[in-house]
Amino acid sequence: MSKIHVTTSVNGDPTEFLCEADETLLDALRDRLGMTGAKEGCGTGDCGACSITVDGRLVCSCLMLGAEAEGHEIGTIEGMADGDQLHPLQRKFIEHAALQCGICTPGLLVAAKSLLERNPDPSEEEARYWLAGNLCRCTGYDKIIRAVMDAAQEMREAS
Amino acid sequence: MALDDKQQYQAREFKVVGTRVKRPDGIDKVTGKARFGADMSAPGMLVGRVLRSPHAHARIVSIDTSAAEALAGVHAVVTRADFDEITGDDATADILDNCMAGDKALYDGHAVAAVAASSAAIAKQALKLIKVDYEVLPHVTDVDAAMETDAPALHKGRANESVPAGMSANVLSRYEFGHGDIEAGLAKADRVLERTFRTEATHQGYIEPHACLASMGADGQADLWCCTQGHYMVRNVCAAIMGMEQGQLRVTASEIGGGFGGKTTVFLEPVALALSRKTSRPVKMVMSRSEVLRATGPTASSSVDVRIGMTKDGRITAGFAELRYQGGAYPGSPVEFGAMSAFAPYDLENVKTIGWDVVTNRPKQAAYRAPGAPMAAYAVESAVDELAKGFGLDPLAVRLKNAAREGTRASYGPTFPAIGLEATLRAAKDHPHWTAPLGKNQGRGVACGFWFNFGGDTCVSLNITPDGTVTVSEGNPDIGGSRASMSMMAAEELGIPYEQVRTIVADTGSLGQNEVTDGSRVTFAVGLATIEAARAAKREMCKRAAMTWGIDEDAVKWEDGAAHPAGENAGKHPPMTLKEIAAIASNTGGPIAGHHEANPEGAGVSFATHMVDTEVDPDTGAVKILRYTVFQDAGKAVHPDYVEGQFQGGAVQGIGWALNEEYIYGDDGVLQNAGFLDYRIPVASDLPMIDTVILEIPNPGHPYGVRGVGETSIVPPLAAVANSVSEAAGVRLTQLPMSPPRVLRALQAK
Amino acid sequence: MQYLAPTTVEEAVSALAGHSGDCRVLAGGTDLLVRMRSDMADPDAVIDLKRIDALCQITPEKGGWRIGAAVSGAEMGEHEALVADWPGVVEATNLIGSTQVQGRCTMAGNLCNASPAADSVPAMVAAGAVARIAGPNGSRDVPVEEIPTGPGKTSLKKGELIEAILLPERPERSADAYLRFIPRTEMDIAVVGCAVSLTLDAEGTCTAARVSLGAVAPTVLLVPEAANALIGTKIDDPALEALAAACSAAAKPIDDKRGTVDFRVHVAGVLARRAAVIARKRAGGAA
Repeated sequence: MSKIHVTTSVNGDPTEFLCEADETLLDALRDRLGMTGAKEGCGTGDCGACSITVDGRLVCSCLMLGAEAEGHEIGTIEGMADGDQLHPLQRKFIEHAALQCGICTPGLLVAAKSLLERNPDPSEEEARYWLAGNLCRCTGYDKIIRAVMDAAQEMREAS
Repeated sequence: MALDDKQQYQAREFKVVGTRVKRPDGIDKVTGKARFGADMSAPGMLVGRVLRSPHAHARIVSIDTSAAEALAGVHAVVTRADFDEITGDDATADILDNCMAGDKALYDGHAVAAVAASSAAIAKQALKLIKVDYEVLPHVTDVDAAMETDAPALHKGRANESVPAGMSANVLSRYEFGHGDIEAGLAKADRVLERTFRTEATHQGYIEPHACLASMGADGQADLWCCTQGHYMVRNVCAAIMGMEQGQLRVTASEIGGGFGGKTTVFLEPVALALSRKTSRPVKMVMSRSEVLRATGPTASSSVDVRIGMTKDGRITAGFAELRYQGGAYPGSPVEFGAMSAFAPYDLENVKTIGWDVVTNRPKQAAYRAPGAPMAAYAVESAVDELAKGFGLDPLAVRLKNAAREGTRASYGPTFPAIGLEATLRAAKDHPHWTAPLGKNQGRGVACGFWFNFGGDTCVSLNITPDGTVTVSEGNPDIGGSRASMSMMAAEELGIPYEQVRTIVADTGSLGQNEVTDGSRVTFAVGLATIEAARAAKREMCKRAAMTWGIDEDAVKWEDGAAHPAGENAGKHPPMTLKEIAAIASNTGGPIAGHHEANPEGAGVSFATHMVDTEVDPDTGAVKILRYTVFQDAGKAVHPDYVEGQFQGGAVQGIGWALNEEYIYGDDGVLQNAGFLDYRIPVASDLPMIDTVILEIPNPGHPYGVRGVGETSIVPPLAAVANSVSEAAGVRLTQLPMSPPRVLRALQAK
Repeated sequence: MQYLAPTTVEEAVSALAGHSGDCRVLAGGTDLLVRMRSDMADPDAVIDLKRIDALCQITPEKGGWRIGAAVSGAEMGEHEALVADWPGVVEATNLIGSTQVQGRCTMAGNLCNASPAADSVPAMVAAGAVARIAGPNGSRDVPVEEIPTGPGKTSLKKGELIEAILLPERPERSADAYLRFIPRTEMDIAVVGCAVSLTLDAEGTCTAARVSLGAVAPTVLLVPEAANALIGTKIDDPALEALAAACSAAAKPIDDKRGTVDFRVHVAGVLARRAAVIARKRAGGAA
């Protein structure tokens, strides 16, 4: 079976890759492009560790075929910091110790960024529901939610 | 060097320990750069995949791999025939049998064959071409059913001498602990409560599936990269299974995406090595989530009878518990720990526990955070709560009245030194949470928990670089911030800033033997070894300063990161800082380092009290967690953020265990919920903030007073939540999980 | 497997009708990819609908709405006019999966997946929604409740696909609501689902109603007895009691890993009552 040629952009970089028709975008990112920041925790859309954005919308990259990325703009954790300038969410995750093992962290950061882009002033409940598809087994979510709320406040004050 | 360094606790003013510094792996982990188990690749790498039994119990009559081997792109197929049999070491033999089934598949998901192919798609296709002829056998998955004398037997002749004759072949061990006279104690009680409690198996639920990359050469040397809680254990077990010398296998631990005990053994690693040996190519294996749930370690399910007597003023006169745990298809359920810990929070004259280790057709259990203790605490703490409330007594006051304290003879034998149980209970009683008003259909529960904490083989090597920075090499994967904690303790001891120290997790070629990251041992034991290694380096630096000054070594002391002359007689010399001593090390005898190797005793036991408010929907049985507070003794919190994180994470795993997590087997013995959709771990919207109160009752056995904190936090929540829900529902619940159908049934039966 | 990405409905139908193997329609993919991953589906080809512009639109039609088969749940939730007309349908669709899943999942896909527990389907059935089917013989409109015929099975014929869901025009003082029961607060499949759609007159008396139940039978149930319990009443306590009883009586569930028969029968009534109160309030009736 011949592979499919996909032209897309990843974190703003024009990108091409070849993938199998039934290959997920997560596998294409990790295995074809060497971008291992998105993680596979389940492969069935239940854990959110593979979260990315497609044209600015939050999705699970395990629930998309690589071929579906054709012509779309992909955003991953690797594109979240601006050079050595961490995104406020990234800084707050470190400051609040919002990660223990760190496997869920890329997905949570991508999802939280997507939340704050749509809702700069979320309530704790809104943040918890928005992030319900991002499983974390280490933290009990307490410090993650605190980091997100604190980053939101800092971003509001800065804007 | 004029120092009075003791491994025993000494009060001191801390400068670095106790602060909230930033972790060294933080940036890598928030930018996606950190490399976990599945993130490594190698040139020429093949993909390994495992074929698993669809049957709960079956004899493997034959395996035909010829069609798979003939498929283009398939480089090797392995079965049990590719491994030498292990004799004289039952534990390792069981691990091998669990990694690759022998003559029988013992549970749904048991590995029976594996392939290495040039792509994942070809590997998947190859698995479908392997023909396994199974003779399906009767199976049993329930612990009580497995103890029936006519139950299907998994093994023959594995019971040890502690098991009375005539029992089911699935009962492999009996344990007994306690002292005093139970019947005499019960006779003094105003009420004796007898209840049976049941818990389902739960999985550690780490978000990172098991993964490894193995590469073995024709000379028999091999390298292995994997996510594990103990790469030295991986080396030793794999070497034994592969018939290799330990020194020929180098294992490097990746970043680890959660473990909670579940990554203290091997599943894929020997298989990947066998595939690599057969193909002379690197082989990468990564489990799917369904494989993780079907074939890696959940904890035991349990069935526990308790009998407790109490006087009407709240004194426990006797406590008895009989615990039955199934640990899957092989011996080793954590029932011994359950039987030891069940009554540990109490100072009892008459106490006895009996534990039964039982096998069933389920995956081999693996350690899960304080293995065995949460189920035992659930039963005992539920019964104590019911007795206290039955007499109209304050459940915290009753626990204080009976609390174990310094000098108490523990139910499992030893006499406690200074412990923190009372401190957690008093902190709970004084906390505003305890007196906050409750609404309709709401309840408040408390429970205590205990965990032993361990030491274990530990090596630390600390090196001073020529520019005076400090590198610490340790051998335990960092699962929640331990590199930061080690750097902090090294900086504290050396009197230098935290930023001047960097800690790495070294591969198995770099240090001596290290016990796995388990038993809440790392901050205690690796911390102790780090402090001792720093002390060795300090002694050497004092020697170098003495040499420079031309005075006696004993006339030099170490303070605030520098060598100083000790007293008037030592002469007037300006202090030499660590950096200054490092700069001239080459001329004063060569590089400076300190190291420490030990199996330290003195891991202090740990206690916690948890308090939780819940609301029960009377129409649906749904439970909402309204408020949660953890009170736990940390000895000394090296990094308070990470201590709080351990408290919170353990509490939430316990909440999941109490409410919605469970292994669900069909009548066919097949696991029905092998995915995160129906294996329901708590999500962010299920929870409130988890408040924490850190108590610090120094552990006498650690220089800084540190106790392990990682495991105790999962012990109380099962009972705390059950006590809260039982109060909110107005009916005692005795089975976990308290899923909505179960709670609604209890409400309707009121 | 072949990946096909037609740009017109005609091309899609022709590819679907002309393929000799197992050819599946790919809308959001949040069910199909899970099935493929779990070895429950191994298609020879998938036909991606998302490059057909018309199928990515929400457009007014005959006073109601036409929602293209490739419109995601998130897009529906962001469409204010649609939410104002059909809050229950949108809230039901927005309950499918996580925020991430919302970015991809579609109502048409949820319908064609034919799970009795699909969240959007009871809401569509209560709404009187119609599926517009494109096929080799042209287009036809079919009530949504006639699409699923059993778990995983639909009435679609060879070469047919759903191109849009049509929601009818709303009379004044009309509203709908959907509630489901799940063990956690998110991320679960409905153990029971219930949708209520109703219209009130100026005095607050219910003049029309449709009530449907999910996860209590092989397909989503439309329960006329439950609707009759509301019609002609002010949706007061006796009417709500009768509604709950009718829903519990209509429920014919099974025991499975998600719930028991007794639980589902009881909770069907509980949810119906609660959903009716929400719909009544939304329609301008008593809060």
